[in-house]
Amino acid sequence: MPLLSVSDLQKAYNGVPAVDGVSFSAEEGELLCLLGPSGCGKTTMLRVLAGLDEPDSGTITFDGREINHLAPQQRDFGLMFQDLALFPHMDVFGNVAFGLRMQKLPSYQVRRRVEELLDLVELGNYSHRKVHELSGGERQRVALVRSLAPAPRLLMFDEPLGSLDRALRESLQSQVHRILKEVGLTSIYVTHDRDEAFTMADRLIFMNHGKIIQTGSPEEAVAAPADGFVARTLGFKNILPGVVLEDGLTLKVNCPIGVLSAVKRDSINTPAGSAQTILIDEAVVAISNDSANEINSFQGVITERVFRGDRYELRVKIGEGELYCHAPLESPEVQVEINQSVSVYVDSQAIRFLDGSE
Amino acid sequence: MTVGRILLIVPLAYLAIFFIYPLGSIFARSLGSESNFGFEPFRILLNDPYYLGRIWFTIWQAVVSTLLTLTIGLPVAFLFARYEFPGKTLLKAVSSLPFVMPTIVVAMGFTALFGSQGLVNSALMSMFGLDDPPVRITNTLTIIFMAHAFYNYAIIVRIVSALWSNLDPDLEGTAKVLGAGSVRTFYHVTLPLLLPAIVSASLLSFAFSFTSFGVVLVLGGPEFSTLEVSIYELTAKLFRLPLAGALAIIQLGFTYFFLLFYSKFQEQSVARIDLKPRESTSRCPIRWREKVFVIATILLLLTLLSPLVALVVRWITLDGGFATNQMANLFSDDRGSYFHLSPITIIWNSLRFALITVAISLIIGTIISYSITNVSRRWRNLADALVMLPLGVSAVTLGFGYIIALGRPPIDLRGSWLILVIAHSLVAYPFVIRSLLPVLKGMNSNLREAAAVLGANPTRVFLLIELPLIAPALLVGATFAFAVSMGEFGASLILVRVEFTTMPVAIFRFLGLPGAANLSMALGMSCLLMVVVSLGFIAIERFRYKGIGGF
Repeated sequence: MPLLSVSDLQKAYNGVPAVDGVSFSAEEGELLCLLGPSGCGKTTMLRVLAGLDEPDSGTITFDGREINHLAPQQRDFGLMFQDLALFPHMDVFGNVAFGLRMQKLPSYQVRRRVEELLDLVELGNYSHRKVHELSGGERQRVALVRSLAPAPRLLMFDEPLGSLDRALRESLQSQVHRILKEVGLTSIYVTHDRDEAFTMADRLIFMNHGKIIQTGSPEEAVAAPADGFVARTLGFKNILPGVVLEDGLTLKVNCPIGVLSAVKRDSINTPAGSAQTILIDEAVVAISNDSANEINSFQGVITERVFRGDRYELRVKIGEGELYCHAPLESPEVQVEINQSVSVYVDSQAIRFLDGSE
Repeated sequence: MTVGRILLIVPLAYLAIFFIYPLGSIFARSLGSESNFGFEPFRILLNDPYYLGRIWFTIWQAVVSTLLTLTIGLPVAFLFARYEFPGKTLLKAVSSLPFVMPTIVVAMGFTALFGSQGLVNSALMSMFGLDDPPVRITNTLTIIFMAHAFYNYAIIVRIVSALWSNLDPDLEGTAKVLGAGSVRTFYHVTLPLLLPAIVSASLLSFAFSFTSFGVVLVLGGPEFSTLEVSIYELTAKLFRLPLAGALAIIQLGFTYFFLLFYSKFQEQSVARIDLKPRESTSRCPIRWREKVFVIATILLLLTLLSPLVALVVRWITLDGGFATNQMANLFSDDRGSYFHLSPITIIWNSLRFALITVAISLIIGTIISYSITNVSRRWRNLADALVMLPLGVSAVTLGFGYIIALGRPPIDLRGSWLILVIAHSLVAYPFVIRSLLPVLKGMNSNLREAAAVLGANPTRVFLLIELPLIAPALLVGATFAFAVSMGEFGASLILVRVEFTTMPVAIFRFLGLPGAANLSMALGMSCLLMVVVSLGFIAIERFRYKGIGGF
C-alpha cells in the first residue's frame, strides 16, 4: 500500500479551481516531482497536503489514515517554502532547532542534532549567524536542514532553489538529492524546471490548470509525452498541429511546414481528416545545403542561430511554419549563416503523434 | 478565528460606550429635546456669520499651516533619506520630538522665544537699547502658523523619508540613463512615487492643524479661534451645549472625510516600502552644492528646535534666578500652591494616568489591529478610518461628550479619575494601531505557517514567532500612547477635577495666574514634561524598524 495517497482532491479560491480533481500516490522513500508552469496548482497542492489549506473535497490518506482535517502541526510533515520563511528574529541555530524544540526534545539532544545537521550541509560554524547575514545559498541550506531536523515523514519543497544562479542551483540540487536518498525520506518536490526535475525525481507528475496530465519516470515521459504541454515542458520545440490526409501504413499529414510522411503506429488512431499534434525531436532533423528533392525534405531559410557550446541550434522558416534543428559547429559541407537557404530532412521514423491536443 | 471574534467584543464595547455613546449624546443634544426636536442649532450656526467665519478660518489656517509644514518638512525628509553625516541618528531622534511634545509645551516654547519678554525680544531690546519689544507676533496668525509647522513637520519627515529612503536609487539612475535631467527625473519619477506618502502626511498634518486647540488657545488670542476653540468656549464659558454639539458634529464630518483619504493614501505608501535596504540609498554629501544643502538643512532643523531650548533658558533665567533655585521652587510645597496641590501630586497624577492609558491602549489597539488585518480589502480603508476617528475627533469634543453622556446614570463617572484615563486612551490607542498595522500587514504569513508545519500549535506560533516580531512596534506604540497621555490637554481641561489635575492643565492654570512664581511654575512644569517625553522617545529610537511608528 502506498504511504501517501490522494484521491480526487479539489480546492478552489473564490470559485476559481486551483486543484481540480487530482489523484496520485507516493510509495515510502519515493521522490516525486510536481512539474508545471506557475499557476498550475502545484503550490496549492502542497499547502493542502501540509494542512495549511483544507481541501473542498477529496481525501488525503497517509499511512492508512485519513488526514484531511488534521492540523499542520499534528501531521509530522515538512515544507520548505519558496521564500524559505526563515525566522528573522532567530539565528541559524534557533531556526534549525525550532522543530526539535516543538517536540520537547531535551536541549542536549537538540544541540547535538542541530550541529550534526549543520555539518551535513557544511554550515558547521554558522550556528550563531543571523539570518540576514547569510548568502542566498546558505539560506537555502539552513531552510533545508530546518525542515529535515524534526525527521518529518513526508517532506515537501516548493521551488526552493528558484532564486539561485545556475551553478549554485545545480550543486544544491545534487546535494539535496543525495541527502534525501541517504535518509530515505518520502518527498514531493515542486518545480517548473525540467533539469531540476530530472535531477531529483524518481517519478514525475505533470500538472496544468489544476489537473494531472501525465505521471511516470523521466524516461517514460521523454519517450512518450502525453500531449503538447508535456512535450514543451520537457523541452521539445518542434510541436506542430497537423491534419491527416491519408491513413495507411504510411501516413500523409498536412502541417504548417508542408506535407509530412510518417510511419503508422498501432497505438494511435489516425483516420483521414483527423487533427493531430506532431512531435519532431530537433536532434534528428538533418540539415544540408543541397536543394530538397526527397520525401520529407523541405526548403527553408535560417532565421536564428544560437551557439550552444558544442553545436548550433538553428531556427528554420519553412513555408508557413518553422522547425528547430541542430548543426555541428564546424562542418565543411553545411553553411549555417542567418538568411542562408537550406534544406531540412525529417526522418519519417522520428515523427511522433501525441495523444492529447496541442 | 472564534477566539479572535470573542476578543473583538472588548474593544468594540469599549468604543461603543466611551466613544460612540458620548458622540451620539452630543448629536442628540444638538438636535434639541423631544418637545423641541429639529435642526435648529445647525440652522443658527449656518446663518451666523461669526460661526461661518470660524469654519472658513479653521479651513484656511489649516491649509496655510500645511503648506508651511511641507516647505520645511520635505527638505528635511530628503536630508534624512539620502545623506549620511555625523550625528545623524541623534538629530533624527531629536527632530521628531516636536510632534510628541504636548501642545501646551509647544505654546510655552514659542512664548518663551517670541513673547514680549521672550528671549528674542529681550536680546534685541538690550542690544539696541529699545524700550518696547520690537518683535510682536504673539496673538497673531504668524505665530500660529509657525507653531503648527513646528508641531507637524515631523509627520512629513517621518512618513516621507521612510518611503524616500527605501526608494531604489536605481530608478532615478535609470531615468537619467534614459536622458532625463535632474529636474525631470524628480518630476516624472521621484515625485510620483513619493506622492502617496506626501499626500497622506499632508492630510494628517492638515487634520491636526484643523483640530488644533492648545496652540490656538494659548498663542492666538480671542480673535483667532478655530472650531475646536469655539466648541470649548461654547461649552465651558457660554454653556450653549446644543450649539457646541452641532459645531462638534460639523467638525467631525470634516475630519472623517480627511481621515478616509489619509487611510487610502497611507496604504499605498506602505505597500511600496522595503524596496531596497536603507544603507544602500544614502551616502555622504560630495559636491559642494550637496554640502551646502546638508549644512543649511541641519541649521534649519536646529532653528526649528529653538523654542524648546528657549523654554529651558527662559525658565532658568527667570528673574535672574539659577537652575537650582527654580528647581527648588518647582518642588516646593510651602506656598500652598495651585489649589493646595503640591507639584509632586500633579506630576504623579500625570504619570499614573499615562501608565494606565498605555495599558488600555495596548490591549484595545492590538486587538483592533489584528482584526483590521483580517478584514477583506474592500472594507479595510473604511474600518481603518473609523477606528482612527478618535484621533481626528478633537479632544475637546470628546471631553464635552463625556460631560453630557457619562455624567449621569446609567454611567456616572463624574468625579472619578477613570473618566480622564478613558479619554486619554481614546486619543492614544490610534497610535498603537498606526505603529502595529504596517508590521502586521507586512508580516510574511509563511513564517506562521512554517512554524505550524514544524509542529508549533497556534499559542506557540503567537508566543515564539509573532510576538517577538511585533514587540518593537508595540513598544513604539506604547511610547506614543504614554506621550499622548502625558501631554493631553483639551479633554483634560474640560473633564479634570481639581484633585486629579495633570501637568498640562496645571501649566495652563499657572499661566492664568499673575506673578513670577506662577510663571516659573508653568515654565518648570513645561520643561519637566518635555524632558520626560523626550527621554522616552530617544530611548525607543533604537528599537525602531525602518518605517515603523510615527505613522
